Amino acid sequence: METDIVIKTEKLTKRFGDFIATNQITFDVQAGEIFGFLGANGAGKTTAMKMLCGLSTPTSGNATIAGFDIYRETEQIKKNIGYMSQKFSLYEDLTVLENINFFGGIYGLSKKRLSEKSESLIETLNMKELRKKLVGSLPLGWKQKLAFSVSILHEPKIVFLDEPTGGVDPVTRRQFWDLLYAAADRGITIFVTTHYMDEAEYCNRITMMVDGEIKALDTPKKLMQQYSSDSMDEVFYELARGAKRKAD
Amino acid sequence: MVDVQVTNISKSYGQERQNAVDQVSFSVSKGELFGLIGPDGCGKTSLFRILTTLLLPDSGTASVNGFDIVKDFREIRRRVGYMPGKFSLYPDLTVEENLHFFATLFDTTIKANYDLIKDIYVQIAPFKDRRAGKLSGGMKQKLALCCALIHRPTVLFLDEPTTGVDTVSRKEFWEMLKLLKGEGITILVSTPYMDEATLCERIALIQKGTIMSIDTPDQIIHQFPKKIYAVMARNMGALLADLRSIQHISSCNAFGQYHHITFQDEDVRTPRKLIEELEYRGHVDMEITLIDPTIEDCFINLMDRHGN
Repeated sequence: METDIVIKTEKLTKRFGDFIATNQITFDVQAGEIFGFLGANGAGKTTAMKMLCGLSTPTSGNATIAGFDIYRETEQIKKNIGYMSQKFSLYEDLTVLENINFFGGIYGLSKKRLSEKSESLIETLNMKELRKKLVGSLPLGWKQKLAFSVSILHEPKIVFLDEPTGGVDPVTRRQFWDLLYAAADRGITIFVTTHYMDEAEYCNRITMMVDGEIKALDTPKKLMQQYSSDSMDEVFYELARGAKRKAD
Repeated sequence: MVDVQVTNISKSYGQERQNAVDQVSFSVSKGELFGLIGPDGCGKTSLFRILTTLLLPDSGTASVNGFDIVKDFREIRRRVGYMPGKFSLYPDLTVEENLHFFATLFDTTIKANYDLIKDIYVQIAPFKDRRAGKLSGGMKQKLALCCALIHRPTVLFLDEPTTGVDTVSRKEFWEMLKLLKGEGITILVSTPYMDEATLCERIALIQKGTIMSIDTPDQIIHQFPKKIYAVMARNMGALLADLRSIQHISSCNAFGQYHHITFQDEDVRTPRKLIEELEYRGHVDMEITLIDPTIEDCFINLMDRHGN
């Protein structure tokens, strides 16, 4: 059903001078899907993500995000998406509660809605004791779980996650993925990049970008069958080692 | 011969005085490839900074090449190579200028030690006139390694050299480390990627400033206290929830396309019985296989035992 498609791109391209960072990528993402966006360093992932978030204007091609046009309706796009990365986190010198209130305010949540939301968020994350602690004092894994929850405070249609679990311990990394599953169950589409290949296997579908182009797009299972391998790590290696480009 | 000796080193920061490094002891032999394996914030970087004489420990002693890290810091600095986790070369010097600069600092020349870095340097040589800040992640990492090697160190400290680097570059990097080991250089490397642990000769698994286990990767896997199984069904999300609700399953973790589980008590019929129970709950396409634990399984198990 067409209405269930939340990301639709058609030959989306971005050039920087002679350099084609993202070359005619075409794909659809369904509502509530966990969509893995993989590729070697320099494959063009970041450029593509920036365009999808409405932060960078494409050179050519078309795309709609949550039904909004990527050229003309970038402000609407920003209202309907969430974003978090390994680097941009929360304000370290604000407390857990202050961060929630701050971002809730930015997203335009009403006072009542925000206080309900922050209650349930703190409950889900088991952070009752930590609510008045400075975010900077939390372990990385907790920060990332909090950052993710904050990025979906406004119940966006899509959340973009750029290597959200880099360096996080193995137990917390799995708790993080539990949060992703719960959000996807509520219908939030998860668009995620990762260097952990076991996490790639948790995705419903995966794209592999090589040299600015989409070289593969399928379920992890089908990709593994296609490349006769037991793990996504091998699939990734097979696809990416042919890359000519090594720039970030 | 021992090249790095660490005895009861502790270090804490800030007002809360939480120990970043807590009574850590280990030793690394000459020519060994030793891995510190643990997540961000577990104390790896503090340890590296202490051993490279950039940070003083609160207590404990350590030596590198037989030199004391406090008393003989000058001797140590002359002898070790250090590649910090954060890119720390001069971004507005070119590739070649950076290398030349570091060679000069150590009173040597690129030419004198070129044989040591040749295999790595040829890969970035086509870009030798490019500013270091303009290099890609993989190339920055190779240049940083060349700069850390240009004075022919006896011990090499590599702090998370592969973090944020893709699978292909990671594989290449570990190939380079093997070559360096062949040159007799002692290597201490840290990584948050558990799958890289098996590429080291010995590893220390670290969490919250404490070493949970030190041994060869094989031995650590061998010491896993239980049988571990990989389980699969058509609906993996529902399977995970069901496995977690079953009392006699003592651990259950998602591992890519499988969930890894251990039982509290088991006999030969236990796996079969589990399948029956799950099929009764409506699961289809079930599969259960006895497997060898991975280092990540061991790490999670040790974390549980250390009360995390």
